[in-house]
Amino acid sequence: MTTDQATALPPGTRSVGGARRDPAPPRRARRARRRLVPWFFVAPAVAFFVAFLLVPIGYALYLSFRGLRVEGSGAYGRRVEGFIGLDNYTAVFTDAEFLAGFGRLLGYGLIAVPCVLGLALLFALLLDTPRVRFAGFARTAIFLPYAVPGVIASLLWGFLYLPSTSPVSHLARELGGGPLDMLSYPTLYFSLANIALWSGVGFNMIIIYTSLRSIPSEIYEAARIDGASERTIALRIKVPLVAPALVLTGLFSIIGTIQLYSEPATLRPITTTISSTWVPLMKIYQEAFMNDNLGGAAAASVVLAVGTLLVSLVVLRFFQRRTFGGDA
Amino acid sequence: MSGVAPGARTRTAPVATLVLLAGAVYCLVPVVWVLVASSKSPRELFTSFTFAPGTGLWDNVSTLSTYGDGQFWRWGVNSLIYAGGGALASTLVSAMAGYGLAKFAFRGREVLFGFILAGVLVPGIVLAIPQYLLLAEVGLAGTYWSVLLPTVINPFGIFLCRVFAQAAVPTETLEAARVDGSGEVRIFATIVLPMMTQGLVTVFLLQFVGIWNNFLLPFIMLSDQDKYPMTLGLYSFLAKGAGDTDLYPLIIVGSALSILPLIALLLALQRFWRADLLAGGLKG
Repeated sequence: MTTDQATALPPGTRSVGGARRDPAPPRRARRARRRLVPWFFVAPAVAFFVAFLLVPIGYALYLSFRGLRVEGSGAYGRRVEGFIGLDNYTAVFTDAEFLAGFGRLLGYGLIAVPCVLGLALLFALLLDTPRVRFAGFARTAIFLPYAVPGVIASLLWGFLYLPSTSPVSHLARELGGGPLDMLSYPTLYFSLANIALWSGVGFNMIIIYTSLRSIPSEIYEAARIDGASERTIALRIKVPLVAPALVLTGLFSIIGTIQLYSEPATLRPITTTISSTWVPLMKIYQEAFMNDNLGGAAAASVVLAVGTLLVSLVVLRFFQRRTFGGDA
Repeated sequence: MSGVAPGARTRTAPVATLVLLAGAVYCLVPVVWVLVASSKSPRELFTSFTFAPGTGLWDNVSTLSTYGDGQFWRWGVNSLIYAGGGALASTLVSAMAGYGLAKFAFRGREVLFGFILAGVLVPGIVLAIPQYLLLAEVGLAGTYWSVLLPTVINPFGIFLCRVFAQAAVPTETLEAARVDGSGEVRIFATIVLPMMTQGLVTVFLLQFVGIWNNFLLPFIMLSDQDKYPMTLGLYSFLAKGAGDTDLYPLIIVGSALSILPLIALLLALQRFWRADLLAGGLKG
């Protein structure tokens, strides 16, 4: 080690090495400097992690226990901002609209997540089937919507749903029928799930497909010699082998579902069915910025985040045991 | 395509091909529709058949360009700043952290990595409101920074970079460079980063698309229309124009123009795209 290196060292580590200008720094200083090197590399990430993840989480927790409470008594009671314990959480769990938002989220998710994953798996398996034509074109075309922002996707589909511009309604009118309403119950759930399917199927397909490609093909040879059909190979060999990729995509789909916001928010101007508090995040936004109820919004955010974490952990636990069998 | 062994029967698999083509058509229909519809004049939009091209493309583009002092193009530039700047910074931070976590043994590494993993599961969007309040405290809410800074930390990107540094950077090469007297920063910049390029392109693309598509963060952070990214701008058009069908052609042509660059970027970078990195992630 030379002084040359000391000058090339990151600022964070120089406090130890740079102070000594002698050509051969003592071993202890050198060891201390070596110890600081990894911290130099992780320092920016740690700083941003603390500033934009940990501190906001802590702040949200803090806010969730605060709110307006009445000080004094009777008609002279003054409302001041302060610590109110679990009141915000009680309010969240007794708020009919917030709970209804979760119900709608569940209805939407029960349609969207299985459709996205099922079709992504189907397309990936078909791409991996021998003798399929146009596979490259299909793969690119199906992946394309990934590049379209959720807001824009909702705009596009919104116009395709809207009776005055929809091709389906156009056809229905030509055939003498009335316009189709795709933006009211119960069709709305399917219309929203369709946007999620369109946006998400390609990305998930690529992940599953890539995982299929990494399976050595010798595994299939034996099955083919035994006379197994391609379908049997797909269901009995390929699907179990890509299970980890399925768990990953499933997890991301569930997390994405819980965060549903921009799709219903974008469709809202063109339909009266979607209220301003239609999903939990919309309700949270409403509470924070329209109703000035930061404590309530924070408590609801915490509930949503903890819920996401719990669902993720349950999914991971459950599938990890099944996917990786006995070695757990 | 690949996977066809030479000498295998050359018969195609018709059902599989048909299903895939149906999927491709389904995914292309809205894109084709918006391109066709953006060529329609306001009158044609509601009268002519959906997939019949119109005559108003140029009018629509020029109306859009002049609407609100050319706001639309400004939003495009803003989107580029947010997505480009944020993704670049985020990729660098993730690469450094991933390399640090993969190639150095230090006390606290496992704890740190545990935190990062937990961070992957935190829905970023839930953080937006506390982030807004905190940035408002330091006077940054409503500025470019308020949208850029929160996107720099990307736990999943760090996770991917760690996986990739483990796989692509041999420890012997690092040791050899150290024996030669290279400094750690130089090793990182000249040896490690080039070895991780493919993984970094993937992380960059994921984050770029993520920021470009993000809606709630700028929606919460920004109040000045001139700082809006494309998604928020087009949303504000629709919110304004819901009752005003004259704005529909502008929204449609704006949507068409806004998705073209991203589709081009995705097609251009497709060969760098390392999805196996994502697929392999869970095993690590």
